[in-house]
Amino acid sequence: MKTLNLFRAALTAIVRNKMRSFLTMLGIIIGVASVVALVSLGAGAQSDIESQINSMGTNMVIIMPGSSDFGGIRGGRGTVKTLKLKDVDYLREEASNLTHVSAMIRLQEQVVAGNTNWNTSVSGVDPEYLSIRNWEVSAGRGFDRREVAARAKVAVLGQTVVEELFGNADPQGSRIRIRTVPFTVIGVLSSKGQNAMGQDEDDLILVPSTTALYRLSDGESIDAIMASSVSEEAIAEAEDEIGEILRVSHRLADGEDDDFSIRNQSELVSMATSVTGTLTILLAAVAGVSLLVGGIGIMNIMLVSVTERTREIGIRMALGARGIDILFQFLVEATVLSLLGGILGLLGGLGGAYLLGSAMDTSVLPNIFFMVAAVFFTSLVGIFFGFYPARKAANLNPIEALRYE
Amino acid sequence: METIVLRNVSKIYQTGENRVMALSGVDLTVSKGEILSVMGASGSGKSTMLNILGCLDAVTSGEYVLDGHRVSDLAPNELADIRNRKIGFVFQGFNLLPRTSALENVELPLLYDRSHRIKDPRKEAAAALERVDLGSRLDHIPSQLSGGQQQRVAIARALVTRPAIILADEPTGNLDSRTSLEIMGLFQDLNREGVTILMVTHEPDIASFTERIIEMRDGMVIGDHRVLDRGDAARDLARVSSGSPPGSFPETVETEAHTR
Repeated sequence: MKTLNLFRAALTAIVRNKMRSFLTMLGIIIGVASVVALVSLGAGAQSDIESQINSMGTNMVIIMPGSSDFGGIRGGRGTVKTLKLKDVDYLREEASNLTHVSAMIRLQEQVVAGNTNWNTSVSGVDPEYLSIRNWEVSAGRGFDRREVAARAKVAVLGQTVVEELFGNADPQGSRIRIRTVPFTVIGVLSSKGQNAMGQDEDDLILVPSTTALYRLSDGESIDAIMASSVSEEAIAEAEDEIGEILRVSHRLADGEDDDFSIRNQSELVSMATSVTGTLTILLAAVAGVSLLVGGIGIMNIMLVSVTERTREIGIRMALGARGIDILFQFLVEATVLSLLGGILGLLGGLGGAYLLGSAMDTSVLPNIFFMVAAVFFTSLVGIFFGFYPARKAANLNPIEALRYE
Repeated sequence: METIVLRNVSKIYQTGENRVMALSGVDLTVSKGEILSVMGASGSGKSTMLNILGCLDAVTSGEYVLDGHRVSDLAPNELADIRNRKIGFVFQGFNLLPRTSALENVELPLLYDRSHRIKDPRKEAAAALERVDLGSRLDHIPSQLSGGQQQRVAIARALVTRPAIILADEPTGNLDSRTSLEIMGLFQDLNREGVTILMVTHEPDIASFTERIIEMRDGMVIGDHRVLDRGDAARDLARVSSGSPPGSFPETVETEAHTR
């Protein structure tokens, strides 16, 4: 029988039992739909994370204090306060692979403006910080070198802080109080939204590093140093250079461990990727199981169908159908059934992904390769699970099949 | 020219310890253009013989030559091709594909023809349905057709491949006497046009419309009669329509001695 006729016969048989065909396909539909939806959403979420990390500046390098080691008991990162303001100066003067360097003092403070107050994070930084973070001042101005040197009591507010403390009013020139220290608001940052971890990036106040260190903190150690390398490719070189400079600055002997650690954004990206990679393997396993279950469903129904249509098979054989004709008829039917299920599942999955994506406000990234693979795989499932029933049909004895009631 | 030659054909069914001799030493020759019937009680071996003639079953011993081809020792696939090209089946229960139009039912054997000798199966199927006076019912599915119409679709399906012989198994068994006459009239018409027809029946008045009656018992041919007063189904149908009873048991004469 010609291929076209085979497909027509298969479609006719499938359409003839609409409800049964649909229920048979349901296993495959649900399996493919859930996997396509989850993979599209997962890929979308991953690209969201990556673009957010990139928006923080891919050239960014963060230097954190090292861990303590008292008699073999090692504390976590940052348990010793090894970074000083002079380290920032050394790096600025000597590191040829760095364009910007900024100190970072992190504080969590109650901030008062007029009769309202708000608890927010206060970061002591240098003017270069905004360049490192690709951040801009949307109103007013940022502080300059002179103000840092003078430990000036000036502050730049994030959007969230402005809303909480001033509502719709223009905060420029207003006085705010951080702990007991009065500050003058000189600028407002542009909005950055949430970061990859869901934290509000706009809920902060930037003040000069020296002001934070000497007026709000212990005046000794800083929490981190942020820097940007000249290019993304130069990050590794820049990290080596930073290591050398800081070891000299900290007077570390050869063989002694670093008392600081250096991290960059690409590590964060690869970490996020490895998480989603694990997720993808899990999804593939779910897909495999659901396709297996769907395939067994197809085999089950095809076996019923072969028994039901024994007489039809007998008639076809009497009219001159060879065993292989019958085999192909049922094989094509099973394959079309599962392929149709795969395509319906694909469409359903995409629809579901876009629906969920718009509900959760994340991007959806359908993977063409994955979708083609899913549909291809479902047709393989059809061939695999359709083969046994089809062979059973092909091996029927025509005389007995014709007599079958 | 012989369409069918059976030489000393035997068929033995082996079910466990039981050996059943369904056919023993059957000889039969059917010439091109003949119309004949095979009669016999159930268990006489006529169904087995029909299965063998229809290439649905293989002989245990002996030789079967169909339209010049020795088919007694062909492989299953070759038998399927022979069935497709040389044989047209008509069954008691019509055996049409359900929920499939008359046209598609008739087209079906042409779709299994590997030689693709017929260029336009659909047109050929429509012509065959036209031949059995169903040209206006091409799109009807079997459940929309009467028994007689269904059997005519089955005859069209048997005709469409232009087979060497039409094998009919109790073709009027599920039909009332009036429709039976219609079908027999159609068979007689086709035979007059040169189609070779062999039918199995146990109704003597149906057999009376054929030229020759083969009588079987216990797997053997015990009689081969030429029908002397052959009925004319079309004439009988006209008579039934005007109220008179159809013809009685056929008068026959012995043509060959069958004493074993």
